[in-house]
Amino acid sequence: MIIDILSWICLLAGGALGIVGGIGIHRFPDFYSRLHAAGITDTLCAMLILLGLGLQAGWSLAAFKLALIFMFLFFTSPTASHALANAAQHSGLQPRLDSDKPEVGS
Amino acid sequence: MIDIVIDVTLLAFLAITAVATLHLTNLFAIVMLFGVFSLLSAGLFVVMDAPDVAFTEAAVGAGISTVLMLATLALVKRPQKPYYAEAPRAHRPWLPLVVVVITGSALVYGTWDIPGFGAPEAPAQTHVARYYIDNALQETGVPNIVTAVLASYRGFDTLGEVVVVYTAGVAVLLLIVGGAQKRRPDPGMRGDQMRPNLILHVIAKFLIPLIILFALYVQFHGDFGPGGGFQAGVIFSAALILYALVFGLDAAEKIIPSRWLHKLAALGVVIYAAVGVVSLLLGGNYLDYTLLGSNQVAGQHLGILLVELGVGITVASVMLILFFAFAGRARK
Repeated sequence: MIIDILSWICLLAGGALGIVGGIGIHRFPDFYSRLHAAGITDTLCAMLILLGLGLQAGWSLAAFKLALIFMFLFFTSPTASHALANAAQHSGLQPRLDSDKPEVGS
Repeated sequence: MIDIVIDVTLLAFLAITAVATLHLTNLFAIVMLFGVFSLLSAGLFVVMDAPDVAFTEAAVGAGISTVLMLATLALVKRPQKPYYAEAPRAHRPWLPLVVVVITGSALVYGTWDIPGFGAPEAPAQTHVARYYIDNALQETGVPNIVTAVLASYRGFDTLGEVVVVYTAGVAVLLLIVGGAQKRRPDPGMRGDQMRPNLILHVIAKFLIPLIILFALYVQFHGDFGPGGGFQAGVIFSAALILYALVFGLDAAEKIIPSRWLHKLAALGVVIYAAVGVVSLLLGGNYLDYTLLGSNQVAGQHLGILLVELGVGITVASVMLILFFAFAGRARK
């Protein structure tokens, strides 16, 4: 019963974060802040959903497979975000700052 | 109930992706949407209980094709604006509309006669499928009927497919690499390689062995679960392409030189065809694996394993040939 409630909390929180991330990607002004929103979807949202599913699965082969996916995402998603930000910075994309003057960023 | 929700969601996303692909003009975004489309199709295949096809679609469509198309874009360096943006219209818009509406309604009319999905009286279910389902396990000893059909019952077709893959690799080599075979040593052209990046290097070194292990699992477990030579070859090449993307092309070519790849691509086809010749020499039909082992099941098992190995080797090396051809050319 408690496990059920916990898993539902995880699933709903993960789903909510996914929606928030989607809104963020749509609404944020520049690449880096959008990446921040996408990063939330990639990491915490996916992991909460996996955790919720794992709690539903109990101690079984399915839970082990979910744990493997969890590990995979744990390593790859932040790396992907890092690689994207790194590539953007490398190619000279400046973050958009509050002030309107573009010189401030450089 | 939940099946319908998943079906409708996936199909709706497929339609949205397709329409968005038509409307976008940024080629990079279109390539990414192609990948999304393939991934969604893979999801649909899983829903339709076809994990082998889903596997292939995810690995080839969403994985390798995206990388190859990106490599092509880097190669041709086309401007973002497509050429047809300024081209004058050659026809009135209503003519294609009429054609599309007529064709579409003919197709929709045709679907009325198609039996429902999974209907037992459908022609796909009544022809040879019944035989495969009843006899595949006894005759080949392979629990995954898809693999049994692909590698044994339909061995000729699969041999043809492998030859097609090989031919595609050869054609790309002729078109892209041919003539300019000798790569100029050009120390100045290192700007397009990724800068040494500790995080990417560590994660890639951690992931690549796992990907290769998974590829081997898919290769040799294809008899028992979803998988087989095609998927395993693509996953294996994905590991090396990841290595090439992170550590640079030169490092990747040190691991597998191109001349090895050319021979390996042919080797896979030769392995496949040789299994057929051996069964001929043993007195059976071409690609009839029954005589390869002490009894029918052992022979079939060995034959399917060898044939899938040939498929895997050819597919992996052709994918790498394609990647090296595009990426190596873009570097020049």
